[in-house]
Amino acid sequence: MYEAIVALPLIGSIIAGIITLVGARNRFPGANPPPPHDDHAAPPVREAHARAAPSPYTAHAVAHESHEDEEQHEPAAAGSRAVELITTTLLVISCVLSWYAFYDVGLADHEARVPLFSFISFGDLHSEWSLRIDSLTAVMLVVVTTVSSLVHLYSIGYMADDPYRPRFFCYLSFFTFAMLMLVTSDNLVQLFFGWEGVGLASYLLIGFWFHKPEANAAAIKAFVVNRVGDFGFSLGIFAVFALTRAVDFDTVFAQAPDLVGKSYHFLSFDVGALTLICLLLFMGAMGKSAQFLLHTWLPDAMEGPTPVSALIHAATMVTAGVFMVARLSPLFSLSPTAQSFVIVIGATTAIFAATVALVQNDIKRIVAYSTCSQLGYMFVAMGAGAYSVGMFHLFTHAFFKALLFLGSGSVILAMHHEQDIRHMGGLWRKIPFTYATMLIGTLALTGFPLTAGYFSKDAIIEADDVVSGAAASYGLVMTLAAAALTSFYSWRLIFKTFHGEPHDIHHYEAAHESPLVMLIPLGVLAIGCLAAGWPFLSLFVGHGEAEFFRESLKVAPGNTVLEAMHEVPLAISLGPTVMMILGFLVAWQFYIRRPDIPEQLARDQAPLYQFLLHKWYFDEIYDFLLVRPTIWLGRLLWKGGDGFIIDGFGPDGVSARVLDVTRNVVRLQTGYLYHYAFAMLIGIAALITYFMFVGAHG
Amino acid sequence: MIIQAIFFYLFAGICVASALMVVTSRNPVHSVLFLILAFVNAAGLFVLLGAEFLAMILIVVYVGAVAVLFLFVVMMLDVDFAELREGFLSYLPIGALVGAVLLAELLVVVGGWAIGPQVAKAAAATPDISNTQALGLVLYTRYVYYFEASGIILLVAMIGAIVLTLQHKPQVKRQNIAAQVARGRATAIEIVNVKPGQGLS
Amino acid sequence: MTVGLGHYLSVAAILFTLGIFGIFLNRKNVIVILMSIELILLAVNINLVAFSTFMGDIVGQVYALIVLTVAAAEAAIGLAILVAYFRNRGSIAVEDIDLLKG
Repeated sequence: MYEAIVALPLIGSIIAGIITLVGARNRFPGANPPPPHDDHAAPPVREAHARAAPSPYTAHAVAHESHEDEEQHEPAAAGSRAVELITTTLLVISCVLSWYAFYDVGLADHEARVPLFSFISFGDLHSEWSLRIDSLTAVMLVVVTTVSSLVHLYSIGYMADDPYRPRFFCYLSFFTFAMLMLVTSDNLVQLFFGWEGVGLASYLLIGFWFHKPEANAAAIKAFVVNRVGDFGFSLGIFAVFALTRAVDFDTVFAQAPDLVGKSYHFLSFDVGALTLICLLLFMGAMGKSAQFLLHTWLPDAMEGPTPVSALIHAATMVTAGVFMVARLSPLFSLSPTAQSFVIVIGATTAIFAATVALVQNDIKRIVAYSTCSQLGYMFVAMGAGAYSVGMFHLFTHAFFKALLFLGSGSVILAMHHEQDIRHMGGLWRKIPFTYATMLIGTLALTGFPLTAGYFSKDAIIEADDVVSGAAASYGLVMTLAAAALTSFYSWRLIFKTFHGEPHDIHHYEAAHESPLVMLIPLGVLAIGCLAAGWPFLSLFVGHGEAEFFRESLKVAPGNTVLEAMHEVPLAISLGPTVMMILGFLVAWQFYIRRPDIPEQLARDQAPLYQFLLHKWYFDEIYDFLLVRPTIWLGRLLWKGGDGFIIDGFGPDGVSARVLDVTRNVVRLQTGYLYHYAFAMLIGIAALITYFMFVGAHG
Repeated sequence: MIIQAIFFYLFAGICVASALMVVTSRNPVHSVLFLILAFVNAAGLFVLLGAEFLAMILIVVYVGAVAVLFLFVVMMLDVDFAELREGFLSYLPIGALVGAVLLAELLVVVGGWAIGPQVAKAAAATPDISNTQALGLVLYTRYVYYFEASGIILLVAMIGAIVLTLQHKPQVKRQNIAAQVARGRATAIEIVNVKPGQGLS
Repeated sequence: MTVGLGHYLSVAAILFTLGIFGIFLNRKNVIVILMSIELILLAVNINLVAFSTFMGDIVGQVYALIVLTVAAAEAAIGLAILVAYFRNRGSIAVEDIDLLKG
């Protein structure tokens, strides 16, 4: 069964890929265009040839600014409907199996190891393809397959006008497969395979509309920034292997307690071995989960279609980092330094992303920064040693964040591809169902009592409170502050989008509710926002945690966070709720009662406003510090190093010198007999001299 | 002994001088004539060495045949005096240097070479048979293959010279023996029907 | 003073050098080159006969005889080539013979 869960998306992806390639080949045959005279009674696929040159996406991009109806320039790709149905069906089956697995593994205690194939066997390095199904995996399986199947269903409606649907669904299913490989991996190498696979899928999907230069650039940015994190991750894997001579989890975890107190000698430095490993691996998590410093790719990733943002950049790929820290909890729990670092980074990310989200105007970017901030929350929980709490927030966050993204997509589609919230307003009358679900999602995000987010977010703050130390205190302050900011910007989004007066009458008049195939996922996720909290509380946070997670999450001996967090002072347990109400009231004041205040405030505090609007100028700083020097260095190595030195002294230089020498040698060949005879004479004289003075050797 | 020395220096001096004139004469006919003089003096040196047969052969073959052949060719090619160009002075310094080096080395080898005890005599050791007889005794017995080979060389040279230079002038009539012998009725007779009163025309 | 082997060898060496000079010092015509070659061969002959006499071995003279034969044959062929060349090119000035220029 577990093989089926992992393999079904792969099969869907392969089938979709085949259909895509065959269809593309038929549509753009390449070298041999069809004969020009058969134009009548031609199937629609042929019409594309005459208009293959103008791209459909430039029309898209133009329409985004011009608000005019564009015509369908390209017909849909062949086999689109088939691809949609096949991939979605396979994903739904996978989802059903995952929920069964959740029950089987988590509640009925049937853990499993499913070895598949051998991969690497080289000296001490043994890596196999095998599936490790324990409770942690079961949670992730449920999250990934549920959100993925809902996104597949949603995309049938959202991408209905896109001429390249088979490619889209192929990539979506491939992403799901890679993510499932990641969460079911039994060793670090397989984890890394999944890690890279989701990075690749992210690149392909962000750059899905690759005719747009911004999408191309965003895809590259995402991949490159991830790469920086992956570098640290690879080093971490190497360090693990160097210290334990193994990469599979069972062996590494068994040896972890022996590594406590050991130090690793590197370049005349002695660093704590476990701390080094954990910090390097966490660097990978920072890149993948868009934590502070390696976060720059996440907002730009919104260039991809909205379902992609919902799936990858809300629920699954960005949570891979969180999952990885949880999976490696036996290692992290033995390194207090690393845990402190995790808390600090997580808390900083939480507050940083929340401040930036306050002033963003693109609806998807607000939700993206919200994701970034909530991931910070998850890492705070991980760093505090409450791994199950972090996983709980991951679980609930997947529901409400995916809901917010898909709802935004519904809004965007209703407003005919308008994404700026300053141009929206008063939509609650036109798209009531979307409004209702977005409302539920926002309530969950801000932590309204009894929603899923309330339970998980409060749990994080309580867990952070019981941990002692400067990092934890810092984390507590930051998370509470971020809670207020989260509430503010979430309600700002709702008020500006759905309430108030419409700012764009033309689009407002044309707005209509999305088709059913898009509303069903919204409804399911809304139910999840409400139902994923309280029933699962005991499994993740409460007394059932030990029986649920068992060996899959290890905490250090002496870690009493999960018990102690139930005895926190009242101020802490009510704190987030108070912050939420505060944020709501301020947002109400700013955007419903006195809408002139925000603009005035932006004018009065212009430097602060610009600082936040430009995302703390991180892109500019990175461009100046890293991108420009790198480009300069690359150009130098290319033109100077490769072109001048290697080519100049290598092939080109050698050939030029050969020509020079030849040109000079040719001058010896004059054609005159006496020159040749003279040369012979000189040769004879030289030989005789040589033999006279050196002597002939017998 | 003194007579021998005088004759040696006489012959050697004139030989060297005429060799120099061969190389530096303007008129090619003069060059050939000086070459002949060099050969004759070399023949004299050979006689001094006791190889009189070889000396006479030198005169007969070299002077009588080769030098005359040179003269024929010089005459035939009709070299124009006006086109004689001088230009070797530019090469003279370096050429002289290299040549001097070569000569010096040769002389050093010759001078430094200790003459072994068996080579003390200045004349032939066996005066009782003539040089001709001595040559004949070995040439047709021990070295007969070389003798035959040199004969073939001469044959090949002769054929080669003829092949290279023979030209059939177009207006010169020549016989084609093979055609003559293979003549038959078809090529010899032509039957013409002549009308009475009209001749062949 | 007694004329020894060395004297004859010196004479031969001088003749050899003069012959070599003649090959590359003249620009006038090719016939002088051929004559210089004859000089070289003559010097070789003198060497051979001198050694033959002073070592008492007749083989030196046999060798000189063969060299003579070959020299004659080579002079004949060389002149034939020269004649054929002159018929085609019309000049035997060494400076004009540069068709094999690279």
